[in-house]
Amino acid sequence: MPKAKEGSSAATNRTVVERKSDHELVVTRMFDAPAHIVFEAWSNPELFKLWWVPKSAGMSLVSCDMDVRTGGAYRLVFSHPAFDQPMAFFGTYREVTPNKRIAWTNEESDEGAVTTVTFEEDAGKTRVTFHERYPTEAALDEALAGSAEGLPEQFAQLDELLADRS
Amino acid sequence: MVHYQARLDATFAALSDVTRRGVLEQLGDSDASITDLAQRFRMTLTGMKKHVSILEQAGLVTTEKVGRVRTCTLGRRRLEEEAAWIERHRELWSARFDALDKLVDHLKRKEKADAQSKRR
Repeated sequence: MPKAKEGSSAATNRTVVERKSDHELVVTRMFDAPAHIVFEAWSNPELFKLWWVPKSAGMSLVSCDMDVRTGGAYRLVFSHPAFDQPMAFFGTYREVTPNKRIAWTNEESDEGAVTTVTFEEDAGKTRVTFHERYPTEAALDEALAGSAEGLPEQFAQLDELLADRS
Repeated sequence: MVHYQARLDATFAALSDVTRRGVLEQLGDSDASITDLAQRFRMTLTGMKKHVSILEQAGLVTTEKVGRVRTCTLGRRRLEEEAAWIERHRELWSARFDALDKLVDHLKRKEKADAQSKRR
């Protein structure tokens, strides 16, 4: 593999998506930065909304409230031309350990997943592991059936925005 | 590809048993309930449930319960669906994490620049 140039890590750090068991979805990725920076991008709502939302699919984030501490709540509201009304995702942070781990519930449905993201720093790089555990296989299948439809292949708008900022 | 390795292991383990291979052959002809299969292979319901559950875990069979009857279907389609699903999710998460990667890179440079300007 050719040596990565600085700033081109997106091309070489692969995102791996696995269905670990009938109930679990796991996504992993290496980031070329210390854990405190990746954690900041994940836990600061102003930064989080710059990368989480698939803007090129026509979705927009109407509001983004995140009280990222153990016991704190979050509420994300999305709108899309195809939705009759905005769609809300909400829940509670079960565990927040700065720069290491965030776990939250997904309470918008009865069979919502419990999501955990961990940040493991090694030699200035950070491995991010996103882990969703559904209570039943059917709940995972249902989430799978709907969630990924029509999502964008790239975040063109976000790329532009970030290019302007840097 | 640990996932596929594990899936293959499960598939081979499932196929290592003569009854389970017979069940797959049977389901290749038509769907059947667990009760049907138990009778056909002269087994207890509990024994057949175990075999079906192993086939199900390997993704070779899917089952659906309607009322009191659990019907078994050959699960090849499901494996294809799963591959398609994984691919869609990979696209979403790649896009999302590529964007995060760019943001993180920007924040890292900013932190470095801030530290340097403080030093001056």
